[in-house]
Amino acid sequence: MESFLFLMHVYVFVLAIFVGFELITKVPPTLHTPLMSGSNAISGITIIGAILSAGLEQFTISTILGMIAVIFAMINVVGGFLVTDRMLKMFKKPSRPGSERK
Amino acid sequence: MMRIAIELTYLISSILFIFGIKYLSSPKTARKGNLYAAIGMFLAIAATLLDQEVLTFEWIIIGAIIGSFIGILLAVKTPMTGMPQMVGMLNGFGGGASTLVALSEYFKLNPNYPVDTGIPFDLPVDTGIAIVLSLLIGGVTFTGSMIAFGKLQGLVTGKVVKYPLQHPFNLFLILLVLAGGVFILFNPSNIIIVLIITFISLVLGVLLVLPIGGADMPVAISLLNSYSGLAGSTTGFVLGNNELIIAGALVGASGIILTNIMCKAMNRSLMNVVMGGWASAGAEGPAVESKIHKGTVKSVDAEELAMLLESISSLIIVPGYGMAVGQAQHAVRDLMNVLEKKGVKVRFAIHPVAGRMPGHMNVLLAEAQVPYDKLLAMEDINEDFSNTDAVIVIGANDVVNPAARHDQSSPIYGMPILNVDYAKTVIINKRSLNVGYAGIDNELFFYPNALMYFGDSKSAMSELVKQLSGANS
Repeated sequence: MESFLFLMHVYVFVLAIFVGFELITKVPPTLHTPLMSGSNAISGITIIGAILSAGLEQFTISTILGMIAVIFAMINVVGGFLVTDRMLKMFKKPSRPGSERK
Repeated sequence: MMRIAIELTYLISSILFIFGIKYLSSPKTARKGNLYAAIGMFLAIAATLLDQEVLTFEWIIIGAIIGSFIGILLAVKTPMTGMPQMVGMLNGFGGGASTLVALSEYFKLNPNYPVDTGIPFDLPVDTGIAIVLSLLIGGVTFTGSMIAFGKLQGLVTGKVVKYPLQHPFNLFLILLVLAGGVFILFNPSNIIIVLIITFISLVLGVLLVLPIGGADMPVAISLLNSYSGLAGSTTGFVLGNNELIIAGALVGASGIILTNIMCKAMNRSLMNVVMGGWASAGAEGPAVESKIHKGTVKSVDAEELAMLLESISSLIIVPGYGMAVGQAQHAVRDLMNVLEKKGVKVRFAIHPVAGRMPGHMNVLLAEAQVPYDKLLAMEDINEDFSNTDAVIVIGANDVVNPAARHDQSSPIYGMPILNVDYAKTVIINKRSLNVGYAGIDNELFFYPNALMYFGDSKSAMSELVKQLSGANS
């Protein structure tokens, strides 16, 4: 039963890789930097594991490791999404050619 | 009941991630996509906090506050020219978090820690494998990204670093980790081995990224990006959590695709880049110097150049890493504006590996408010050089070296380049005649239609703009 569950996870992993390939080949080169920082933020999903470790009932070494992991993952998540937004905000198409902005 | 609600929230969150990336397929929807992904993350965190396993909150809250604070600081303070470093560092934290979670999980599962209870430690094989892989990939990502950050920030040498027995030694370390992993599966209680595996993985990250040269950073950063995703996935296997597996796989796929694009754009295999770059052509390197071009270069100053640009009707600007170093993107934008007012059609040609990370030039020019539809990828603009009056190359070198097309002895032979030499006039802005990253002369500088415009990219462009607007009044 255990190994069956593990296989299901492998299934999910393989299918998600395919979804990833499909999606990412459609991202234009001009957005490759935001793609990296944005996907980076998504990889901060490890925060789930970090929270589960840091929130244990008893204080052990797992709690300490978990808390540092929360810090790391949170930097990744918050920094990643914010900086991606900051970049994407700049990608604007002007209404008229030869915009007058100085 | 709660369990089901949490799992469903994870599902919704995963879907939001997928849509988030999907919307990145166009600059128009990209910002919305990022927001979707952020909401997905928020939901995932909220759901996890409701998990029955989470009983104390103070450490989570402290960690979250510290992490958010640092994250906000980094996101707000980092200049656009520093984006490669920023992404490098974020990668590292992601990898570091995976390693820590795997370690933490190991201690949680170990019944004989901190006190020996005498209960046999029954570590399921799949969990054991996942823990070891998390430690390995997470550790390599963490220190590797920090070295990449150091290289991009100028704290660690950007040169290709070589040391004796480099590759055999790295291979040995990897085998050591794997052997340790197998050992752990049979003797899960051996904490020392787990710590040694962690330590070696961290050392490996340093050793693997250190040899990679500065201009190969787009590949290194993409690869580390992929690793940070895979580390997330392996953590998902440790915890048996599908959302981590999905999100990690998406990021892993993204990094692999970008790595592939970067390698293709340099006509090199991933192996070649990871092993330490063009300089690995090694012995043949100096021999190339015998072919030093005997011709002379024509140099122009801002005034002459302004006169020349007065008479053209189309211009393509080719930015490279030199523009980023000189922070010249705003001056370049001014140049575009002043020329457009004179009726010149101005476009930009972006080589995939221009700069230090995928899309680096695009972000800088976007910051300077150059509309993104003026930035064209190599394959979309390469045909147009032959009917263009002038090209200005700003701080790029190897990506415009015609030797890549015809000189079979050149180390960059076969690399796709921007065909700037087909234009009527090519103006090259550089600080000196120094060689580019590949360490070879650029014959383009000696072409009859090439003009060298020496100077720091920012001041050179500003001076040119001044001359052009002066002549106007």
